[in-house]
Amino acid sequence: MNKQKSFNPPKGGMAPGGRPMSKKGTLKRILKMLISFYPVLVPVTACCILFSAAASAMPSIFTQKIIEVIEKCYQSGDWAAAKEEILPKIILLIVMYSFSIIAITTQTQLMAYITQGFLSKMRCSMFNGMQTLPIRYFDTNKHGDIMSHYTNDIDTLRQLISQALPSLLQSSVIVLCVLSIMIYYSIPMTLLLLCGVSLMLVVSKKVGGGSAKYFIRQQKSLGKAEGYIQEIMNGQKVVKVFCHEDECKADFDEINNALYEDSRRAHAYANILGPVIMNIGNILYVLIAMIGGVYLISGLPNFSLSGMAFGISILVPFLNMTKQFTGNVNQFSQQINAIVMGLAGADRILSLMDEESEADEGYVTLVNAEIDSNGNIAETNERTGKWAWKHPHGDGTTTYTPLAGDVRMVEVDFAYEEGKDVLHDISVYAEPGQKIAFVGATGAGKTTITNLINRFYDIADGKIRYDGININKIKKSDLRRSLGIVLQETNLFTGTVMENIRYGRLDASEEECIEAARLAGADDFIRRLPNGYNTELSNNGANLSQGQRQLIAIARAAVADPPVMILDEATSSIDTRTEAIVQKGMDKLMEGRTVFVIAHRLSTVMNSDVIMVLDHGRIIERGNHNDLIAQKGTYYQLYTGAFELE
Amino acid sequence: MVKRLAKCVREFKKPAILTLIFIVGESIIETLIPFITADLVNRIKNGVAMNEVVKTGGLLAIMAVISLICGAIAAATCAKASAGFARNLRHDIFRKIQSYTFENIDKFSSSSLVTRMTTDVSNVQMSFMMIIRTAIRSPLMLIFSIIMAYVMGGALATAFVIVVPVLAFGLIMISRKAMPAFRRVFKKYDTLNESIEENVRGMRVVKGFSRENYEKQKFENAAEDIRKDFTKAERIVALNTPLMQICLYFNMVFVLFVGSKMTVESMGQTVDVGQISAMLTYGMQILMSLMMLSMIYVMITMSSESMKRICEVLEEEPALTNPKNPVTNVPDGSIDFCDVSFKYSKHAEKYALFDIDLHIDSGMTVGIIGGTGSSKSTLVQLIPRLYDVTQGSVKVGGIDVRNYDIESLRSSVAMVLQKNLLFSGTIKENLRWGNAEATDEEIIEACKLAQADEFVMSFPDGYDTKIEQGGTNVSGGQKQRLCIARALLKKPKILILDDSTSAVDTKTDAMIRKGFASYIPETTKIIIAQRISSVQDADMIIVMDNGKISDIGKHDELLKSSEIYREVYQQQTNGGDDNE
Repeated sequence: MNKQKSFNPPKGGMAPGGRPMSKKGTLKRILKMLISFYPVLVPVTACCILFSAAASAMPSIFTQKIIEVIEKCYQSGDWAAAKEEILPKIILLIVMYSFSIIAITTQTQLMAYITQGFLSKMRCSMFNGMQTLPIRYFDTNKHGDIMSHYTNDIDTLRQLISQALPSLLQSSVIVLCVLSIMIYYSIPMTLLLLCGVSLMLVVSKKVGGGSAKYFIRQQKSLGKAEGYIQEIMNGQKVVKVFCHEDECKADFDEINNALYEDSRRAHAYANILGPVIMNIGNILYVLIAMIGGVYLISGLPNFSLSGMAFGISILVPFLNMTKQFTGNVNQFSQQINAIVMGLAGADRILSLMDEESEADEGYVTLVNAEIDSNGNIAETNERTGKWAWKHPHGDGTTTYTPLAGDVRMVEVDFAYEEGKDVLHDISVYAEPGQKIAFVGATGAGKTTITNLINRFYDIADGKIRYDGININKIKKSDLRRSLGIVLQETNLFTGTVMENIRYGRLDASEEECIEAARLAGADDFIRRLPNGYNTELSNNGANLSQGQRQLIAIARAAVADPPVMILDEATSSIDTRTEAIVQKGMDKLMEGRTVFVIAHRLSTVMNSDVIMVLDHGRIIERGNHNDLIAQKGTYYQLYTGAFELE
Repeated sequence: MVKRLAKCVREFKKPAILTLIFIVGESIIETLIPFITADLVNRIKNGVAMNEVVKTGGLLAIMAVISLICGAIAAATCAKASAGFARNLRHDIFRKIQSYTFENIDKFSSSSLVTRMTTDVSNVQMSFMMIIRTAIRSPLMLIFSIIMAYVMGGALATAFVIVVPVLAFGLIMISRKAMPAFRRVFKKYDTLNESIEENVRGMRVVKGFSRENYEKQKFENAAEDIRKDFTKAERIVALNTPLMQICLYFNMVFVLFVGSKMTVESMGQTVDVGQISAMLTYGMQILMSLMMLSMIYVMITMSSESMKRICEVLEEEPALTNPKNPVTNVPDGSIDFCDVSFKYSKHAEKYALFDIDLHIDSGMTVGIIGGTGSSKSTLVQLIPRLYDVTQGSVKVGGIDVRNYDIESLRSSVAMVLQKNLLFSGTIKENLRWGNAEATDEEIIEACKLAQADEFVMSFPDGYDTKIEQGGTNVSGGQKQRLCIARALLKKPKILILDDSTSAVDTKTDAMIRKGFASYIPETTKIIIAQRISSVQDADMIIVMDNGKISDIGKHDELLKSSEIYREVYQQQTNGGDDNE
């Protein structure tokens, strides 16, 4: 069972003020990763972007030149002469265009390749990182939040990589090109233009920032609406039984209206940015034309790199460049939203990747063993059905201990949150083949004990030994391989029934899987499924009943054939009549194994070798059924039904 | 499909139309601006008087301001219209779902309904916004620009005769090819996300079996598969830009070369320099509008999947309807099943219930017992008409349930479902689901009867204690007792408990039943249970097996006559007291 404790604040890059918060290094890290994945292709793409941007900035100068030529000679009517002058320019233009097209084709194709490759790599490294995270992470973060890293955050990252960043690069290159040409022509006019452009930037920052703010608010309202919808959809039958539809409608309307309001604002801001920037551009154009005109008439001296005097031949291209310049600022401002959202998403993705992995200093491993008649153990690579712990020591020697299933907990204390002890002074001795049961109310710490044996959580104080070895020394994957668990909440995977059973041991043959199912009492119903063992399960086995899913989970643990098994409410969803039928198989399954059983139903635990009654993290009674009945304590009360377990 | 969704625009038709109008205004000015700009440049060039230049400049500035205002208004109305459309869609879907019956609810999984109301609605909202922003604007710009190009450019406009069809054809081909590729990818993408979710949920299993590497490998393969498909699809779409550039560049070279030839040869008579500049500008605009049109096409097709999913919900008809002249008063709590057979779907082969004949007197306490899948729950769900019978009839108070007003029937028949839920809110708020007008005294009384008062009072906030989503902060037994109290507040004529005391200890369970007997004797009580002890005092015990009534009788009779009953009884008494 999941302990949904929230010691971490919910993930999501939100600062208290509701403003997007992305850490400073995020962009840098994303770019670094991008380049490290594609050390050749990314620079090539960047070059292509630069080139195509420059190529699209230049022609305006060429066309201007050509137009000038036409202007100069059209009155002559001498096409042959004009052609001499124009043709080379046009050919140059065509050459440039051709390069530009090649560059742009390469760039867009590479971009498609890189973006998808990068996202795929990010997805994989997120997933791989996630697999190494401790169970604590999954217990303390909402599953929906974790999922949104893979869906929403990846989507915003895609926007950032495939559109916002290239467009930003392209716009800045064009702006820089145009700017240098402008300086070449006239410095005072350039300064004038820059004044206007800074106004545009201020406006776009304001409007763009507002839009980003509301987009993030919209996201929040959407989350709230989603939560409400989820709750009501899950409880829709209860709503119907109580004829509570009208109240739900009213509640939903309220949430829906709030979402509408935020969404409207966010989009209004986003939509307004385009026309505002474009028309400021238009006004700036007029201003430049006017002031240019005045400048022209006043005959004030020009400062420029070219040293040309300010004339009509400067003003006209200057006006064209103004258009180009403002057009690109517009392009740029359109991306602000995507960048803010993208960085926030990237931030969340990185923070998932940055989560600390489950530490594992274990060096004792589980190996296949051959044991000869003298009890000597030798390591082999073949599957012998016998296992041993391989224990390398500091002095270079290695000892082998046969895997037996002896688990001892000595004076163990544990707390999920510091200061809030969940277990105190727990000592449990389980000898190979014994059945140990834990009984107690919800929250008494039953599941916690099993969480400690397989090291989902690490103990705060005390010792746990497995076959005499401190479990901290055992490699986690090997430790867990030697323990089979069946949980109350059954999780099956998409795939066939057979694949689900084989999950317990990947090299199990079909016969072994069927045998395990038979042992678990699942064979019967599986054969009655439409395609028997090849029936596809989806959506966590939604087409099976809870009890049937538990039976498959038991078969899955059985095929793993571990020396120690943990059954945490494994039969809680199977009705008593079916349980009685399954019981025989279960008894056979438990034979010769150390078994830890947690159950509410006393009938499930009565035949245990030792029953521990837990209360608030302490063992208050221990002994077998008869001992505990004789004690007339809590167990006795439970047994007679005088006491309630929750 | 589009028609069905368009109905949801309603009050936001006005902003939608306003958007269109203002966008028309904005587009007209936008096409005129290059024309005036060219004029301005010409005037400056020709060295006309400053005041003339100022005049044209002023005109241009005013036009820019008007365009700005139009644009801003259109932006706001457009956001309003699209956000409002989305709101109405969610509103309609939610309402529709509220009108669903159990049969309809069974059809859709709750998570799919959530996706439809969030992601799908957002997709439709985005494309709606795109459509009203550009559906008029782009064709308009296209037409304006072509007209202006002909007016201004004359013969030079022939360039478009070549370029436009090529571009249009190319864009259509690209969209056609890309669309199915994207659809395939999105499907795979959904599957990938489902498998991630499976991992997140089942992490204990993954780790418990040390299957981290196996899962990583599985995921990497799936991710790689998607990457390939996704790249393929994106690369097709990526052809748009070069195609566009080729057409644009062709247009420029053509205009420049042919234009200059014509200008020089005619000495500026047929074509002049200003026209060349204008042609360059309009060429750009024409190609841009074509590009936008192809984008709209892509967006609409991409969101059509979402539209389809939304329509599915909106067009699903509730399986039960209120009768024409409904009976609103339930006379008493007697129940009759007359030759009832039932299956969940028309196509199902097996009947879930078969040949049920049963009479229950008002005020009786009835126990129902039977294994998993014996259709105990199905039987009682027919009483408040959560499903309609396939054959035969169910009568409450002597009247066929199909003749009652559904709400009246259900407020007289309280049912505590097996999979019961509390909702986020305080305990009191949750209890008031049973009766919105219940006084505090009534609430406490109901809780006392359900043996819930004691533990509620033990909470620091008592009845104002907040219940978290899914009721995770109360234990299973507490939740069950609160659900019973909630049902009691309805003051029903029939009370149905579907395995509702499974997490309550036998003593409390007995106290609840004792309370029922003394405080609500006239109410018919139907108790489904796994525990024999919960039903053994009942006036009548029904033993269900495989969709049929196997035996009916009192405890002592059944011990003799029913094999199943005896078996369960022995199992539970020998195996100690079954205590869940």
